[in-house]
Amino acid sequence: MGFDLVANVVVAGVLTGLVYGLMALGLSVIFGVVRVVNFAHGEMMTVAMYAATVLFAMLGLDPFVVALPVAAAFFVFGYLLQTALINPFITRPEHSQFMLLVAVAIVMVNALLMVFGPDARNVQVDYQLDSFEIGKILIDKARLFAAGAAVLTATGLFLFFRYSLTGKAIRACADNYLGAKVVGLNVKKYYALTFGLGCVCVAIAGCAQVLLVDVTPPLGPYYTLLAFVIVIVGGLGSMGGALLGGVLIGVSEALAGLFIAPSAKSMFSFGLLIVVLLFRPQGLLGKR
Amino acid sequence: MTKASAALAVLAAFLIALPAFADNYLLSVATLILYFAYTGQAWNVMMGFAGQLSLGHALYVGIGGYVAGGIFYHWGIGPWAGLWVAMALCVALGVTIGFLAFRFGISGVYFALLTIAFAEFTRIGFDHLDWLGGPGGLFLKVAQRDTWDVANFRGPPLMYYYTILFLTAAALAFCAVLLRSKAGYYWQAIRENEEAAQALGINTFRWKMLAVALSAAMTSVSGVFYAFYYNNLFPEQVFNIGRSIEIILGPVIGGVGTLFGPILGAVVLTVLSDSLTELLAAIGWEIPGIKQVFYGVVLLAVVAFLPNGIWPAVAKRLRL
Repeated sequence: MGFDLVANVVVAGVLTGLVYGLMALGLSVIFGVVRVVNFAHGEMMTVAMYAATVLFAMLGLDPFVVALPVAAAFFVFGYLLQTALINPFITRPEHSQFMLLVAVAIVMVNALLMVFGPDARNVQVDYQLDSFEIGKILIDKARLFAAGAAVLTATGLFLFFRYSLTGKAIRACADNYLGAKVVGLNVKKYYALTFGLGCVCVAIAGCAQVLLVDVTPPLGPYYTLLAFVIVIVGGLGSMGGALLGGVLIGVSEALAGLFIAPSAKSMFSFGLLIVVLLFRPQGLLGKR
Repeated sequence: MTKASAALAVLAAFLIALPAFADNYLLSVATLILYFAYTGQAWNVMMGFAGQLSLGHALYVGIGGYVAGGIFYHWGIGPWAGLWVAMALCVALGVTIGFLAFRFGISGVYFALLTIAFAEFTRIGFDHLDWLGGPGGLFLKVAQRDTWDVANFRGPPLMYYYTILFLTAAALAFCAVLLRSKAGYYWQAIRENEEAAQALGINTFRWKMLAVALSAAMTSVSGVFYAFYYNNLFPEQVFNIGRSIEIILGPVIGGVGTLFGPILGAVVLTVLSDSLTELLAAIGWEIPGIKQVFYGVVLLAVVAFLPNGIWPAVAKRLRL
């Protein structure tokens, strides 16, 4: 097993990890502001992936092209979900919120099963087989583009929260619920906006991910767990942490698949999660 | 409370007499209901009483089943001995998780995610544990359905029904005593406000550990029952997060922290699930997934409209 092989696997792991990171970023943003853990996160991701496969099959559209309309639809969906279902739950105990989102997740994953059946679906575009060559390292074009889309979206979201007035207002709601209310912010509206933005992350991550793996309904619960692992490792509520966690998990999964066994790769991630929870429960970049 | 005890006596008499007029299908449904009622009660000790949300209780079911099942499979030793090994191991595991979490001040969502992590970690670990069958599963020798081999817990469905009925009744009585004991009051204080409880001089760490240990011990018994009732164990199935969710659905629907909530929740969910299957088969809508969609929608409705569960609403209506 040469150095080249390891280097190739690490690079692929980093790029996949960035897409994971964008998915987890959505979860992190929602938790950071609304303080609700979205247990239907991975299910939403698979819905986005199916949307991309359907639009590709029907209209032949590239997943990166459909990412925008899918993201818009997901924003509206997230906004409505928060307004109609989750807002009444924000003051209820955690197990109650958990059940609500588990119910949403059950409906989603089984609705996908009903409509699409258990068979795997994918998209086939011509650049999926191409790769760039840098020295001895081969970089899949599709993987690079997917990671690029993830980084672009994450940067946009970061700038939005940092500099826009709405972004600042959302951060105010996250910092101090009562204070935000006192200065006249419509907190519930900003919560809905945040949930919508979290869903946008998921939508774009889903459209990118569909270029890398085939999609089946059981992928939903798997991605939900993966997103949890990533945000806990990186730090719940920390935007940079989500991306860092995604890269760490992406690389560790890739290396575990190479050195141990592909089936053991998520054991590695959960082991990492346990270690982080015990010694740095706020996550690598999280603040307490 | 006399009205309540009278109702309870009628229910107990009905359940004891049930096999006299129930066919095998009905008996299997009743066994399943009681299994979920018992396991839900065990989970309720930790979450409902002490306020520690575990989303990984499948861990204790799985370990309980695998240990007792493995001992029987390899050495032919029946579950009456294996049960204690399984229980000891589950308590050790629960205490370890609790120790690590509570020492480091992990609570709420973080604690819940830690319990998921341990269950998932174990699931994948068992996938690579060939001694207990690995991903291919562990199969116990199928029972002689007509003889009562009590020593090895092999026998007709009736035996399993009465066993789980006894377990459920014992758990209910045990929890009723617990709730009115010192531990019960301390737990409720911790659940409502941990800082205030601590300020009153309650050693919250110790009492939370007790809750985890008791809950793990009780849940390990349902694992042993599961293994000998179904005769097969697959890591992918027993440790799955779906199983953990299944365990807590009953108490959440029925009413977290109440004594009868887990039982009522188990009845409602199992009957709903089975009648949905029948109904969808009758009208010919046998599309994979459709049942779970209905199930999810009902769950959504209950959680949204009865946030404290069904039991408190029923108890109020019946003035129990």
